Amino acid sequence: MSMEEKQNSQTFLDFNQSNFNPSTREEIVEIIKDCYRKNIPLEINGTKSKNKIGRNFQSEKTLSLSKYSGIIEYKPEELYIKVRAGTPIKDIVAELDKNNQQLAFEPIDFGFLFKGSSNAGTIGGVVSSNFAGPRRFKVGSARDHLLGFQGVNGKGEIIKSGGTVVKNVTGYDLCKLLSGSFGTLTVLTDLSVKVLPKPDSSKTLIINNPHLKKAIEYLGIALSSSTDPSGGVFYPEKFDNNFTFNDLTHKGALTAIRIEGPSNSVDERIKRLIKELSLLENEFSILESVQTNIFWNKTKNLEVFSNSKSNLLRIVVPVSETLNVIQKLKTFDANYFLDWGGSLIWLELEKINLKTLREIKEITQEHSGYCTIIKVEEDLKASADIFTIDPIKYKISEKIKKSFDPKRIFNPGKMYSGI
Amino acid sequence: MPKVDSSILSKKDKILLDIEKIIDPKNVLSHTDEIRPYETDALAAYKQAPLLVVLPETVKEVSEILKYCNENKIKVVPRGAGTGLSGGSLPLEDCILLAMGKFNKILELDYENRCVVTQPCVTNLAITQAVQDKGFYYAPDPSSQIACSIGGNVAENSGGVHSLKYGATTNNLLGIEVVLMDGTITRFGGKAMDAEGYDFLGLMTGSEGLLGVITEVTVKILRTPEVVKAALIGFPTIEDAGNCVAEIIAQGCIPAGMEIMDKALTKATNDYSKAGYPTDAEGMMIVEFDGTEHEVDAYIEKVKNIAEKNNSSSLKISKSNDERLKFWAGRKAAFPACGVLAPDYMCMDGSIPRGKLAEVLNEITRLSKKYNLPVANAFHAGDGNLHPLIMFDANDPEELKKCEEFGADILKYCVKVGGALTGEHGVGIEKRELMCEAFNDKDIQQQLTIKVALDPNSLLNPGKVYPILRKCAEEGRVHVHGGKTKFPDIPRF
Repeated sequence: MSMEEKQNSQTFLDFNQSNFNPSTREEIVEIIKDCYRKNIPLEINGTKSKNKIGRNFQSEKTLSLSKYSGIIEYKPEELYIKVRAGTPIKDIVAELDKNNQQLAFEPIDFGFLFKGSSNAGTIGGVVSSNFAGPRRFKVGSARDHLLGFQGVNGKGEIIKSGGTVVKNVTGYDLCKLLSGSFGTLTVLTDLSVKVLPKPDSSKTLIINNPHLKKAIEYLGIALSSSTDPSGGVFYPEKFDNNFTFNDLTHKGALTAIRIEGPSNSVDERIKRLIKELSLLENEFSILESVQTNIFWNKTKNLEVFSNSKSNLLRIVVPVSETLNVIQKLKTFDANYFLDWGGSLIWLELEKINLKTLREIKEITQEHSGYCTIIKVEEDLKASADIFTIDPIKYKISEKIKKSFDPKRIFNPGKMYSGI
Repeated sequence: MPKVDSSILSKKDKILLDIEKIIDPKNVLSHTDEIRPYETDALAAYKQAPLLVVLPETVKEVSEILKYCNENKIKVVPRGAGTGLSGGSLPLEDCILLAMGKFNKILELDYENRCVVTQPCVTNLAITQAVQDKGFYYAPDPSSQIACSIGGNVAENSGGVHSLKYGATTNNLLGIEVVLMDGTITRFGGKAMDAEGYDFLGLMTGSEGLLGVITEVTVKILRTPEVVKAALIGFPTIEDAGNCVAEIIAQGCIPAGMEIMDKALTKATNDYSKAGYPTDAEGMMIVEFDGTEHEVDAYIEKVKNIAEKNNSSSLKISKSNDERLKFWAGRKAAFPACGVLAPDYMCMDGSIPRGKLAEVLNEITRLSKKYNLPVANAFHAGDGNLHPLIMFDANDPEELKKCEEFGADILKYCVKVGGALTGEHGVGIEKRELMCEAFNDKDIQQQLTIKVALDPNSLLNPGKVYPILRKCAEEGRVHVHGGKTKFPDIPRF
């Protein structure tokens, strides 16, 4: 323990307060031990950038990790950064920038969606929700980038798994299990995250095309080609006001494909892609690096839904099903755009009720996919299934929850009622 | 190993009859001669005949067998191709060995969704072979890929030399069908990425057959890179080679593969395979890039400059695919090359931070002198996976003991410098007692609680991964006698 940590850990912990803001792991352990003894349910959060995602639940107290923050160790040549869970994503990004590195899975900044401006949250929250940006199909999501962690389980015991090396098969891979568990299993305290070099150059091929079917075809060819794209989206015409770029020659719907790498190779691959997609001269434009970065940041951060009062659903289906699913969803008067080369559908609905929600979830399931509610009117939130689960997985989830958090004190009910 | 349940042994005939009611009797093996091939996996130092070997053909049969065993408290050890190096499918005397060999069909080649759905006992390489005519491949490539099964890869989270760029099995897996010990059949993941809820797909991957039996696997496939080129570089010191690795990564290059061999191994493999290696170099490196022509050339040029800056003594760039394969030929012959030098050798499998290579190799040299046993080292520098090969004579019990102590010391040192006990071979029974080097009681207890949650009677593959005796026992590693591995024809690591 450093001197600073020692001093902090000696701070008097007032167990009667309703909001805990610990700054050392020792304090976190003490708080959890106390809550475990007294059966006190806790809401776990960081900077609350994503706390509207998930079910509403009753908690007596809040454990905020926002003060348990800071970079512990950054080894650019070992391709990892070790940080405290409450470290803001923007601090990590700024530090990685200095060495021209990045979090390749592109954490989503949900601030635009929920409050109209940037609020990228903390690394703990990003890992706990496991939502990945456009590069998902190429590099994986947060779960693929968490190399190791230390955390505190529901009994107040410090546990760890993984490490800082990419190849490690020692014991169960708890990094995966805790990614996307929304703080319901363990309070993550220290995380070792894989970092990767930023590409020298990136460009975006924008195809002027209003047709969904054609867009899916373009994306399919591109993602299966040796040009190795790292992003593929389709925006219908509805969103064209969001994209005014100098290099963009058209208005209307667009299909965008990102190519990254050494600069001469990016040019070569863009040319090849144009040929593979049989595009005519007047059918496409190319965004240079700066505009490419703006475009994909807007996409990953869902900026087209910035300040929207509407509801937002996140639907993932195998790309072969996308066209059918969208056609069925058209009856619901919804807006959408496609990411992940067509398999991620962000669906915005102005009005929604339990019946429509159920129908949409059924459609996605019929097409081998799933639908998560990201944003929904408050009065619906209490009764809607935010996440969907079948009885077998519910039973297994219940057992796993119990194995980490036997008294259900961490975010009880945030994912599923009773878990 | 766990205590043998004599009541199970005494009920063998009854169990046999019951099992034969569940599956076709021709798929149940009980005679000593029939079950002998199943006594061991590729950690051949350990042998144990199981009570019975059953070869189910359908997921329903797997489910019914597990349910029956669960109700009757019979231990079950699942087995794929049996090529594992850590004893993960070593049978127990009182167990039913669930051999998945009949699950050997590829079910669907789905190019639109860029994935393959397959039964678990299809080999790793067969997946690539099934899609390569359409220009695709399956990325993880453990060296035993001609023989190892994809189900086994999932159970062990197998890697390969391309893990830095393409990830291990867990990063290339989309979904599995699993049967739990109580007979429950379920699916985790699928063709839609990042399924909601707890990541059971991730939990099952690398769980070494302790949590469920895999009956179907969906993996993603990638477009075959257009061009692959490699550079063969010699360095006057291991430190120079290590610095070169660090700088390659610091400069933003992510090679498809990056291998280092020390002088002992360079010489041994060159003598064996005439690969044209710089045998005077203290460290030799193979760096490989894949992608489009311009991309690969750009990276190779960068690496060339970095190598020269780090005092490289020789540098060759592959001009053809044949030449590239020749670069690798020696590296891939590391096992048989060591077999020529000593009657026996043991292959370790630790992970270390890339930057600690020189330090760890110095320690291994020190230990080599201490134990008076020669050692040769191969290192997947891209992903930090170190494979020391310790040479010894197993006919001398004293030397075997020394070798085992030497191996354990190396793995402990890997953990000490921030690495891991095993990068890709798994814990199995081999490194079980070393788990306490990497984890404390609370960590292990948490993992065991997960096991109990899914298999309350601890019947599925018991005795593997987690320590039974709280001592860091020094047991056999990949032990090869007289050059005879369990599968001498399979390339290793």
